[in-house]
Amino acid sequence: MKVVALSGSIIGSKTRTAMNYVVEVFNDQYPDVDITLIDLADYDIQFSDGRNYLDYKGDTKFVTETLMGADAIIIGTPIFQASIPATLKNIFDLLPVSAFEDKVASMVVTAGSSKHYLVAEHQLKPILAYMKAKIVQTYVYIEEVDFDRQQIVNDDILFRIERLVEDTVLLTRTYTKMREEQEAKYNF
Amino acid sequence: MQEYGIETKKGLEFGLYTLGDHLADPRTGKRISAQQRIKEIIELAQLAEQAGIDFFSVGESHQDYFTTQAHSVVLAAIAQATEKIKIASSSTIISTLDPVRVYEDFATIDLISDGRTEIIAGRASRVGNFELLGYDLNHYEELFEEKFALLLQINEEEIVNWEGKFRAPLRDARIIPRPKRGKLPIWRAVGGPAASAIRAGRMGVPMFLATLGGPASIFKRSIDAFRETARESGFDPDRLPVATAGFFYIAETTQDAQREYYPHINEGMKLTNGRGYPKQHFAQGADPRDVMNIGSPQQVIEKILYQHELFGHQRYIGQMDFGGVPFDKLKRNIEYIGEEILPAIRKYTKKTKADTNE
Repeated sequence: MKVVALSGSIIGSKTRTAMNYVVEVFNDQYPDVDITLIDLADYDIQFSDGRNYLDYKGDTKFVTETLMGADAIIIGTPIFQASIPATLKNIFDLLPVSAFEDKVASMVVTAGSSKHYLVAEHQLKPILAYMKAKIVQTYVYIEEVDFDRQQIVNDDILFRIERLVEDTVLLTRTYTKMREEQEAKYNF
Repeated sequence: MQEYGIETKKGLEFGLYTLGDHLADPRTGKRISAQQRIKEIIELAQLAEQAGIDFFSVGESHQDYFTTQAHSVVLAAIAQATEKIKIASSSTIISTLDPVRVYEDFATIDLISDGRTEIIAGRASRVGNFELLGYDLNHYEELFEEKFALLLQINEEEIVNWEGKFRAPLRDARIIPRPKRGKLPIWRAVGGPAASAIRAGRMGVPMFLATLGGPASIFKRSIDAFRETARESGFDPDRLPVATAGFFYIAETTQDAQREYYPHINEGMKLTNGRGYPKQHFAQGADPRDVMNIGSPQQVIEKILYQHELFGHQRYIGQMDFGGVPFDKLKRNIEYIGEEILPAIRKYTKKTKADTNE
């Protein structure tokens, strides 16, 4: 199973910090899972111009191909101006229409306060659904107060991250199995 | 229709097309050489002619896993190797070529082939050709529209006066040689949403519609929109042929056909398009209402006739060689076409005297 942890912002530290914890859970508890962390801050990615993702070069090609090769994607996003950052939206724009078909997607959201709790529900989930992801319905929402100097200081958040990773792995395994059974029935 | 070499009384024309993809056979993991692939494409055209198939065309793609970038050169070889079959490009990416050179090439192929040559001009779905040939992807639409219009003008006028944005102006330029019948049939390649079909209708040019998968009734919308717009724009839709192009594969049973062709399409699409073909969608492709012509001979005949009833189109072309299908399977398909498909579709689609008014 290939999982990509995508940190969707190019500035700030909270989303990256949260994604480090996600990766740590994978490393500790799911050594058989092939986990890759992609922090958009580490890459130089161009704006989508509508071409097939295979036709991009450099970092843009690398990041899109890595995402397309994943069985599951855990998306980490901050909230900027009551929405997801443009850098993350650009990743979705770079990919094909049904890019997440047969993939599981789950979400980790960081925000300054509780005001933006429904942003992921109202803005991120519809994009993932349109791109045909199988979505882990619950997400981990982390506020400013839960962080202290690039550490998460709220055990409740750590427990929730563990549960999110577990749910992501479980759902990916389950969907893979269901799909295999369904496809075997086609007999071709 | 005769202006485009289509004789409707003979019924629906049947053709084959290749994109010239160069992919490993997923069953063996082995890929033949580019040279062998090109030679097999030429031989396929000869076999198609011997089986009585009406049309054979070769596409142009400028990226990995393709081998007919110089599609007009391959077509010239096919022109020399065959005698009766119509030949064409599918498509020529006119956006990143010089329409003058394209016309010179295809008029020459037409003379070699003794008047059997056509051009299908398209915009490309993959866009490697833009950077490779020195064009800006931001001009994707404008490049196509300007160059396609120039190609049509050259077809109409031997001496051309023209000025545009993307090519040096032409002043009393004589574009020669001229094709055997004075003009080449030139089609506009159309894919995806109806907007593209509507543009073809507005220009009053024949339309080649890509129909890879999904319900046939969806594609009828594009065809209806094409004819309707042509009429509104002052053209007679009864004089504008429509052709469709999509996946085609025959085996003894529909399940055998799906089993044989699916890995080629799925693995081939992954490499050339970045996504496989979902098995669930492919399974639905067996439904008589789905446009994908993959199945037993009887199943495919029924589908083609259903599509003909729905579309009223003049030509159907099938893609059976995608994704490294071994040559013996292609030969077997051509046998099925010659022995079962062609006799049936001709019998049921040819027009009696009372039907035709041309």
